[in-house]
Parts: sequence; structure tokens; C-alpha cells
Amino acid sequence: MQILSYLVYLVASILFIFGIKKLGSPKTARQGNFLSALGMFLAVVITLFDQRVLTFEYIIIGVIIGSAIGAFMALKVPMTGMPQMVGLLNGFGGGASALVAFAEYYHILNVNKPLDAATSITLVLSVLIGAVTFTGSFIAFGKLQGFVTGKVVKYPLQNPINVLLLLAVIVAGVFVVMEPSSEDLLIGILIVSLILGVLLVLPIGGADMPVAISLLNSYSGLAASMTGFVLQNNMLIIAGALVGASGIILTLIMCRVMNRSLMNVVLGGWADAGSGGAGSGDGPQGDAKSVDAEELAMILDSAQNVVIVPGYGMAVTQAQHAVRDLTNILEKKNINVRFAIHPVAGRMPGHMNVLLAEAQVSYDKLFALEDINDDFPNVDVALIVGANDVVNPAARHDQNSPIYGMPILNVDYAKTVVVNKRSLNVGYAGIQNELFFYPNTLMFFGSAKEAINKLVNELKEL
Amino acid sequence: MEIHELIMLIYVFVLAIFVGFELITKVPPTLHTPLMSGSNAISGITIVGALLSAGLEEFTISTILGLVALIFATINVVGGYLVTDRMLKMFKKK
Repeated sequence: MQILSYLVYLVASILFIFGIKKLGSPKTARQGNFLSALGMFLAVVITLFDQRVLTFEYIIIGVIIGSAIGAFMALKVPMTGMPQMVGLLNGFGGGASALVAFAEYYHILNVNKPLDAATSITLVLSVLIGAVTFTGSFIAFGKLQGFVTGKVVKYPLQNPINVLLLLAVIVAGVFVVMEPSSEDLLIGILIVSLILGVLLVLPIGGADMPVAISLLNSYSGLAASMTGFVLQNNMLIIAGALVGASGIILTLIMCRVMNRSLMNVVLGGWADAGSGGAGSGDGPQGDAKSVDAEELAMILDSAQNVVIVPGYGMAVTQAQHAVRDLTNILEKKNINVRFAIHPVAGRMPGHMNVLLAEAQVSYDKLFALEDINDDFPNVDVALIVGANDVVNPAARHDQNSPIYGMPILNVDYAKTVVVNKRSLNVGYAGIQNELFFYPNTLMFFGSAKEAINKLVNELKEL
Repeated sequence: MEIHELIMLIYVFVLAIFVGFELITKVPPTLHTPLMSGSNAISGITIVGALLSAGLEEFTISTILGLVALIFATINVVGGYLVTDRMLKMFKKK
């Protein structure tokens, strides 16, 4: 039986790998997710036959409660709330890993098995990473949901405190390894790790959440891997490592496209950068030209090549359906419409793509930064819906700008740039966007959903 | 666990990370959100550990911790796979 379960665990590991591989294309992605779920199902079923599993009451209770909550959340969450959802799920995964480590610890003490150094080290790591993921994810959830301020939070001695707490965990960890029966110390490690999770995520600002969520995703995988070390189960190690790698890659992509180091993001970055003038905005000012829906409808009507650049503003106002209507009506007029999506648009990697997919925009119209950027000189109208810093040309030439060096969408090379925004206010980086004052830029003021709907109506009347 | 057992586990861990890097770099940005929620569901694999603790013969503190862990992990697994499927269903080409 033991041999059989090892083999099934191997099959499950292979299914996880194939599942992620098939996520490489939208055509096979759904099938990939199914394979991965099948792997999980097999792993669960074979575990129920483990010689350790002798009572089933609690298992049945746990699975029913967990499935009900999980299914409810998954079916109810709106697509705009996906970053929060993933944040929460990360938290539950991390929490589960920390709890399993504790349960295993008490089990080992209970059956008087000797607790060797290797197991103790992995126990401590499991508790640390799991607990940090747990509270960190709930803070991230709170920030995205608006329960916790989305601003960059600075507290005194921020870094010394965090380093000190981490050192405390390491020292306590060493003591646990030397004296494994000291359960108070392990509980202490748990509490300090829970606090550390809160303190680490609290300083991170709302628009940096793509990085935070990716990083926490990675942690939840690493926590699972560590639990695998504790249980000496290769499948857990493999599955956890895959997720850990995935989270790290996404984190690094996000940091690279913001031209910032991971440290800078984690420590609450950008807040110091904007030379104190946040809100007032330095850089070029001047007269921005505005345009109304009727006029804009005529401009679009005579265009051949339109690129829409969505940003967080589209998500906030749920404007993706209005944008889809706009796309449809333009295409009926034989105008080529494409979407240019900056990697950090929105609150998590791929956020815009999911929203547009929900609105039934075909995915072959969605272009990544490097695939569309050279084409902007051929574009008649670039329409920006709720994006700001990711289209600020200062990133290319102004060495004093906090966003200097960040890859941006070169919308200013288009013949006409139309910016839909509620006001001339600054974006997340706290700097004014010189694009608004360019001669080829028109401001289309209004909340994204209303403004685009108005535009669609005007186009219908033409 | 003996030291050579630990080394074997570290081998598996390191090699799996390389596999992960290879696989994930090939996922296009369009699918990054489903990738996150789908991989997140995979990290719910700790459900296996939770089952082992919640199903222990004798009722101890491990059982309680295992039960809570099981609820958490099940939310992670069920919620993660369902929400990923819900998203992937929407990705269509006209």
C-alpha cells in the first residue's frame, strides 16, 4: 500500500507539471487546470488510505466546510475582485502549512518519536513562512478591499524592527533545533512570524500589490514545500517548489517592468521619491485640451487604427463591458482595434486580461508591451482608459523622475492620444504626467464607465 | 530523518524549482492571473498533511490543528481550482 501511494504521488506530481505546462496557451489552459485538479484529487484519495488515517469524522467535517466556503468564494467573486481572492487563497494555503507543521510537531512529541535536527529545522521554516504568508495575505486582502489603507504606510524604525523580529525567529529556531521539546519557543516563533507578516505587507502601497501578491504566492508554495520536508513527502516538495518558482518569476517580472528593485517595493518605495511634492506634481504643467464625447466619436470614426490602453481605472469603475461595446462598434466601422496591456496595469499580473476576457474581448486582440510598442507611430488614436504612470513619457527622458527607466507604453507616438480620466490628478507615483499637456493629447474627462458609454452612444448616432 | 534523506529531499526541491522556472517563463502575460490562482490551488497540496493529522486514531491537539488546517487547505484547493476554471472559461478567440 505504501508503494502504491508513493506511485500515485508521483503521478500527481506529473499531473501538476503538465497542468502548468498547458497553462502556456489559452487554448489548452482549461484542460491544464483540470489535469492539475485531477492530480490533487488523486493525492487526496490515496492519502485517505494511509495507515495513519484511522478516523474519518473530522476529515469529513473539514472537507465539507472547506469545500463549501471555497466554492462559495470562487463562484461569487466578481472578476474585478480577483486580486483579493488570490490574496485570500494564498493566506489560507500558508496558514494550512503552518498548522500542519504544528500538528506534526505535537504528533511527534505525542508518540515519543525522537525529533532530529533536520526535521526541527524544516518545522521552524514551515511555521515561519506559513505564518508570514497567512497574516501578510490578509493584510494584502484588506488593502485591496479597502479595509486597510492602500497607501504606503511608514512606521518608525520600520527596517530595524523587521530585521530584529526575523533575527528573533532565527535564534529561537536554533534553540528549538537544540531542544526540540521546547514547545513554548515554537509558539513564540509562530506569534512573531504572524506579526512579521503584518509588518512586512503594511508598508506596501496599493499599486505595488501586483508584486506583493506574487511574492505571497511564492511564499505559500515554499511553505508547502517546507511541510513536505517535515512529512518527508516528495510530492509536497515538488508541488510547493513549482508554485514557489512561479511566484518568484512573476515578482521579478513585475519589479523589472517598474524598474525597481524588490527591496524598494517591499520597503514601501516610491513614497520618498517624489521630492515631497506629491499631489501638487512637479514637471511640466500647462493647458490640457479637453474633448467631449461627440467630438471624440467623430475623431474615432475617421480613424483606421485604434489602440486602447486599459488601467486600474477601468477595473475600479467596471468599465470593461463598456470598452467591449466600444470595440464592437468600432470594428463594425472597419476600424482595427487592439489593446495594449502594460504588465503592471491593475492590481495583479494579468488583471486587465481577465477583465477583458470577462467582457468577451477576444484574447488575440490583447497585446503585451513589447509586442505593440514599436507600432504606436502607425496608430491613429491611442485611447487610455484609467491608466497613468505606465504611459508617462517622462520615464524615457527625465532622469529626475522617480519612474525614470521604467518601460512604458509609447502612446505619445500615436497621431492622437486620448486620455480618459476623472481629473488631471497625479497617478500612484505622485508625479504629474506630461503626456496630458502634449500637443497631440486630448483629455476626455469623466468616470471610465459613464464616459465610454456616452462615447458609444455618440458613435451609434453617427 | 537522516542527513542523506534530507539531502535527497533537497535534490528534489532544487530540481523542481528549475522545472518550475522553465514552465512558468513560457506562460504568456495574458494568462498570468489564472496562472497565479491555479498555482495557488496547487500550493493547497498541504491538504495531504492536514488529512494525516485530522485522521489520527487518537483525538489530540494534533487532530484539532489538523482539522483547522484541513478547512484552510480545502478552501485553498476548491476555491483555487474553481475560480481558475471560471476565468479560463472566459478566454475565447473570436
